[in-house]
Amino acid sequence: MEKNTLFDKIWDSHVVRSVPNGPDVFFIDKHFIHEVTSPVAFLNLEKRGIGVLHPDRTVGTPDHNVPTVDQDKTIKDKLSRMQVEKLRENCKKYGIELHDLGSDHHGIVHVIGPELGITQPGMTIVCGDSHTSTHGAFGAIAFGIGTSEVEMVLATQCIMQTKAKKMRITVDGELGAGVTSKDIILYIIAKISAAGATGYFVEYAGSAIRSLSMEARMTICNMSIEMGARGGLIAPDETTFAYLKGKQYAPKGEAWDKAVAYWKTLKTDEGAVFDKEYAFDAADIEPMITYGTNPGMGIKIKGNIPTTEGMEGSNKISYLKSLEYMGFAPGEPIKGKKVDYVFVGSCTNGRIEDIRSVAAFVKGKQKAANITAWIVPGSREVEKMAHEEGLVKILEDAGFELRQPGCSACLAMNDDKIPSGKYAVSTSNRNFEGRQGPGARTLLASPLTVAAVAVTGVIADPREVF
Amino acid sequence: MAYDKFNILTSTVVPLPAENVDTDQIIPARFLKATEREGFGDNLFRDWRYDVEGNPKKDFVLNDPTYSGKILLSGKNFGSGSSREHAVWAIYDYGFRAVVSSFFADIFKNNCLNIGVLPVTISPEFAEVLFKAVDADPKTEVEIDIDKQKITLLSTGASESFDINSYKKENMKNGFDDIDYLLNIKDEIAAFAENR
Repeated sequence: MEKNTLFDKIWDSHVVRSVPNGPDVFFIDKHFIHEVTSPVAFLNLEKRGIGVLHPDRTVGTPDHNVPTVDQDKTIKDKLSRMQVEKLRENCKKYGIELHDLGSDHHGIVHVIGPELGITQPGMTIVCGDSHTSTHGAFGAIAFGIGTSEVEMVLATQCIMQTKAKKMRITVDGELGAGVTSKDIILYIIAKISAAGATGYFVEYAGSAIRSLSMEARMTICNMSIEMGARGGLIAPDETTFAYLKGKQYAPKGEAWDKAVAYWKTLKTDEGAVFDKEYAFDAADIEPMITYGTNPGMGIKIKGNIPTTEGMEGSNKISYLKSLEYMGFAPGEPIKGKKVDYVFVGSCTNGRIEDIRSVAAFVKGKQKAANITAWIVPGSREVEKMAHEEGLVKILEDAGFELRQPGCSACLAMNDDKIPSGKYAVSTSNRNFEGRQGPGARTLLASPLTVAAVAVTGVIADPREVF
Repeated sequence: MAYDKFNILTSTVVPLPAENVDTDQIIPARFLKATEREGFGDNLFRDWRYDVEGNPKKDFVLNDPTYSGKILLSGKNFGSGSSREHAVWAIYDYGFRAVVSSFFADIFKNNCLNIGVLPVTISPEFAEVLFKAVDADPKTEVEIDIDKQKITLLSTGASESFDINSYKKENMKNGFDDIDYLLNIKDEIAAFAENR
């Protein structure tokens, strides 16, 4: 019998036809839309005079561009307001489910999908956002697409894509204290580089991955794109089923039993072949932080910024340009450097477990005077839980400012911008130049590390602070 | 939507030797607020091109009158990061019809092909040859022939072949897009959806 990977099983069962010497016509089960990458797609549908084929397979929410204060009031920024209004208009016109600003399930699209149980094992899921890979944590093929493809999905429920190559990354062993799933993924990207998985779809495996909660798995799959991968996925297991059971859109009763029986078949066959494999030892992973301007530029917090030894040509020029932007020198330690902002949020680490871990660490302490600390829940549901569990009070007592749900300072489309030249330690996913505002200097780390930085005011290893 | 047909492109080259140029550099998020597709070229490479007051930065290649053309030549891992198609819209709107690099990020490459900008992947060695030739003579021309899948430095005749699947090649040559194809097989898709 043919040995297949999990990726093969899901991909192959969604191919409508293969174009000779071309891409596959690939069927999409679920499509998420937001206000920034969908308006032109809808506009083009109108120009072509066609409608939405399966409105029930698309779900919308405004997230990228929404303010995180006064969400009950009219959006002040005219262009942002127009985008959100366009999304409302389009969803209404075509009968698409919308989780609007201020509604119970509003939030970042990659937070609410799983939270509502819309995201399920075995599905194909796309969205005009590269962090769609998040949903792969459930054993789904999920990836980001461009606006032309958003239009294709709306019009035909299909896109045309060439099947990616297959990579497996296995992390075995036990994680040390103070080491989180964010550290695992920052470690992996640092090892294989920001382009190391380009052309591949990644399956994460091994005992260290299995031991993670669904939210921690989502953090890992979320950042697959940061090493160039099309997406990343993890085979569903009892942890996955327990998370989904009882969720609003999860199957119920007999349908649930049938679904679970199918989901249990969703794993890579013993002996299936990957185009590339990596294996890492969990014991080698320590709290990580980035020091440069792509997510592959990460080191152990207790480590030094790499020297230029062995680099030459444009590689060296790009490296030095990156350090110059960050205001760092090759070879110096990163620990102890002064920080101005901390940001807890985003589709990477804006879930309730992230907020719980920060709250547990800062409880009874104060943020350092030089730090501005923002916490932005990934969804209304997360915000509600944070209130109910008393986390908001703990965080506010420690000097953190809680904002309303949205993508916020992860990409700084709204007013949540880090000022030019300032340093932000952030739980988000990208440290590109200007990502958190023009001139902003971003260092990516786990929520635990962010808590340690908030309290000490400098880059700190969480294991040494608490 | 349908775009200009692409056959043979002969043009001078704009060199951008940076590596890992992500889509946040190509078009920063704060310029993604439009609900239509026009005008993104004005903000192409915004923060590299202009200072905070909006004055052009003299040392950036798009502000250097020495260089112009419809071909953008860049360092490896071009277009990484966000899936924003706006990055390609900005490149197209500015006037580029092809981007040449030794390595492209996946989603960016797909987005290029979907709107009619040709991504041409060449070897790092040939990239070096092109960078040096453009540096020595900014007026030097490069020819990209999609049918022959060949990129040539006209001054020396040095050339290399590049990959593109025959489906996308036909699309580019005829200005077709994927939706045209998908709408033509809608009954087949409907039958497939029925069984899901």
